[in-house]
Amino acid sequence: MSMENHGHHNHEEHHAHHDEHHHEEHWVTKYVFSMDHKTISRQFLITAVIMAVLAMLMSILFRLQLAWPGEKFAIINWMLGDKWGKDGILDPGMYMALVTIHGTVMVFMVLTGGLSGTFSNLLIPYQIGARDMASGFLNMLSYWFFFLSSVIMVSAFFIETGPASGGWTVYPPLSALPQAMEGSKLGMTLWLVSMSLFIVSSLLGGLNYIVTILNLRTKGMSMTRLPLTIWAFFVTAILGVLSFPVLLSAALLLIFDRSFGTSFYLSDIYIGGQALEQTGGSPILYQHLFWFLGHPEVYIIILPALGLTSEIISVNARKPIFGYRAMIGSIMAIGFLSFIVWGHHMYITGMNPFLGSVFVFTTLLIAIPSAVKAFNYITTLWKGNIRYTPAMLFAIGLVSTFISGGLTGIILADSALDIQVHDTYFVVAHFHIVMGVSAIFGMVAGVYHWYPKLFLRKMNNKLGYIHFILTFISAYGVFYPMHFLGLAGVPRRYYDNTAFPMFDNLVDVNVLITVFAILGALAQVFFLFNFFYSMFRGPKAEQNPWGANTLEWTTPMANIHGNWPGALPEVHRWPYDYSKPGVEADFVMQTVPLAEGEVDGGGH
Amino acid sequence: MIKFLVYVAIILTVVAVGYLVRVFELAQALKGKKQDITERDNKLMGRAMLGLLVFLFGFTIWQLVEYSDKLLPEAASISGAETDALLNFNFAIIWIVFVLTQFLLFWFSFKYYGRDNNRATYFPHSNKLEMIWTVIPAIVLAVIIIFGLKSWNNITAPAAAESTIVQLYSKQFDWTARYAGKDNVLGESNYKLITASNELGMDVNSPEGKDDIVVKNELHLPVNKEVEFKFNSRDVIHSAYFPHFRAQMNCVPGMTTMFHFTPTITTAEMRQKTGNDKFDYILLCNKICGNSHYNMQMTIIVETEEEYNKWLAEKKPFLAPTETAEAK
Repeated sequence: MSMENHGHHNHEEHHAHHDEHHHEEHWVTKYVFSMDHKTISRQFLITAVIMAVLAMLMSILFRLQLAWPGEKFAIINWMLGDKWGKDGILDPGMYMALVTIHGTVMVFMVLTGGLSGTFSNLLIPYQIGARDMASGFLNMLSYWFFFLSSVIMVSAFFIETGPASGGWTVYPPLSALPQAMEGSKLGMTLWLVSMSLFIVSSLLGGLNYIVTILNLRTKGMSMTRLPLTIWAFFVTAILGVLSFPVLLSAALLLIFDRSFGTSFYLSDIYIGGQALEQTGGSPILYQHLFWFLGHPEVYIIILPALGLTSEIISVNARKPIFGYRAMIGSIMAIGFLSFIVWGHHMYITGMNPFLGSVFVFTTLLIAIPSAVKAFNYITTLWKGNIRYTPAMLFAIGLVSTFISGGLTGIILADSALDIQVHDTYFVVAHFHIVMGVSAIFGMVAGVYHWYPKLFLRKMNNKLGYIHFILTFISAYGVFYPMHFLGLAGVPRRYYDNTAFPMFDNLVDVNVLITVFAILGALAQVFFLFNFFYSMFRGPKAEQNPWGANTLEWTTPMANIHGNWPGALPEVHRWPYDYSKPGVEADFVMQTVPLAEGEVDGGGH
Repeated sequence: MIKFLVYVAIILTVVAVGYLVRVFELAQALKGKKQDITERDNKLMGRAMLGLLVFLFGFTIWQLVEYSDKLLPEAASISGAETDALLNFNFAIIWIVFVLTQFLLFWFSFKYYGRDNNRATYFPHSNKLEMIWTVIPAIVLAVIIIFGLKSWNNITAPAAAESTIVQLYSKQFDWTARYAGKDNVLGESNYKLITASNELGMDVNSPEGKDDIVVKNELHLPVNKEVEFKFNSRDVIHSAYFPHFRAQMNCVPGMTTMFHFTPTITTAEMRQKTGNDKFDYILLCNKICGNSHYNMQMTIIVETEEEYNKWLAEKKPFLAPTETAEAK
């Protein structure tokens, strides 16, 4: 990772002359096996960007098939070869593998590892006033487990039987039985190994984040003076630490069923011309274990994005975030409730209808703290003086998609309605908007906003504007029509709808979606170009380019160990004193002592 | 050749954008401007936000107009009609909230774009406002929950004792239906008894099974009579999805799941209503089940009771005494 601007040397020079620098750090420990939170943050980010591009390309390949089934595309043959893209037509098994790996990579590698890994690492020490994470070593391990996990996940494309292809939820028995399909052979084993490593990474990271936030806050930084970013990362880390081990157990039991003849998830199965010996297991057990992680997982994804957005909206509206304590309360409420709603993914598995009723109730409760957050964002904009950085645009975009996607969640939470739309494109539309697009918007907003802290330079605003407008339009263009597909009864994960005359009139919809998907993918070129170009050629950032209050902007614009050259800063106030009456500047940094008679916090 | 040109075009585009940015930056530097965000930028983007609001609402209306006749026809079952009513009720609420919140979000984004000589209003919190948007959503959600659970309880209530029992049996990649016959009780079956000719693993010694009728390809149902489905799967999880009846239930190996509904519109009537004389009710698989998941279907024919009885009478029980196990 050569992105660190080390004095006068860039990476290559540094590498070439590293002998001269022996008294300093070796480049291996500085850039590769680094224990510095800033370098680890950049490592997570760049890995996630690469994974996101791969996952996006996968989605374009299967979108081509969905819009023009049976058409020949040179790009499909070029990328997948004759085995899976003969004559440029996507193989049905590969279609499902692409869908599966796209989902897994986006959910775990990009929006869990990439989002939390990048911004928790970057901002926790910076914003709480710590010199680094509590354990730099565990932090380093966290990245390298993540890296290994990502490599193994992608490597499945290079084996003969292809990657896992049972959908990102990999429900057994489909995923447990190699006889069921090619994707349940070696590819599935790799998926399980990759996920197990990922869980290790996530746990190492999460424990570190929690411990750091609890123990290493600088003087004066009480919990109620933490920026909302940190609150979001804190609750996210707790959710991860409590729920990922359950996924690990689900994965281990699946490994046992696949490889050692146990029957945790298997019972009464006849496949491939023979009756299996396994009896007494239940495939539903897996779903319980999976969704006990799976549901908190969507909040593990969205909370950090909301945290970043809270900070970005407040800074750029030049106003305190509206209802700081209500925001903390709603983060905690969402975190708590997320543990008791997993059953809403399973209404039609034959679960007791009464149990379903309980999950309807708990699930719909989540809408209350979510509504509070949405209204608080809108109120923060009200009578603001909004500066349109690209980060601000994406933050507002997040609020829009979070509302749109959240509202359709009301339909899916309602068990009676879920019967009809379960596993249709309505679901695909809902979760892509509410957590996929929203979280990506949050992550991208974070990159634009904290780029000066990541790479000491600024990104180009104009390119950012174009990137936002194209991305916003194509995100809605892709996922909005999918609601209608779902309401027309189109099931998800279908390679082709032409076998069903009832879907013939929906061909145009799929074409429209794919056109927007391609536009959306091309729009990311503006971002990728800006991202890599600005690393080397972007204008140098001043120390506090956005006029923000939080502590990361009190450090010098250099990547130094320990973050602050001298003593750690002392905190005297909450982080949202923007445009405070009686103060000339429109921001007051957290390090500024309270004036006489001045009340801290949201002025009670 | 086209491939090559596409690559060249992509590379050239990237290079061109790169140079454009350089030129732009140099021009800015010559003008002595820093790359900061000006009031003009804010105004431009404020208007862009307004444009996005127009896009969002315009796109919504366009889709509603364009796609409304592409959705499913009216629900063809009693519980389905209830589902649709509930869906419409929920959508009414959702549309109101959607329009209101998106409008406020983008309108404020436009109205309060940053001006150089302006200052934001310090407004950190208001207990009253926060109370309003905690309590009102809570009340609305309570209403949604109450109506939702009422429908859920109706739909999932135990089936009437006299309902017709039909087993739907799934495997990679087709459906088999078994009618319970005159006694309306399904015979015993066991996955270990499955053979090429006995796909359901039916037990020949089970007296209840003697009159069971097994069919493939077409599922016939009598109109206005409740049907209770019992779902089984022999290999992986499938999901029996009846979109026209607003019904769905997973088929899980190792256990039996159930769902019941009463069809209210015959296939013939539905063909008239939709003006499509090729219309058919379809049963689809809606849980990823393998490579041919996308083509695992069965035609459903809803007909009058007389037609149904006539059709059923023509079928021979699977385990009929003469069995040579050739019954389909």
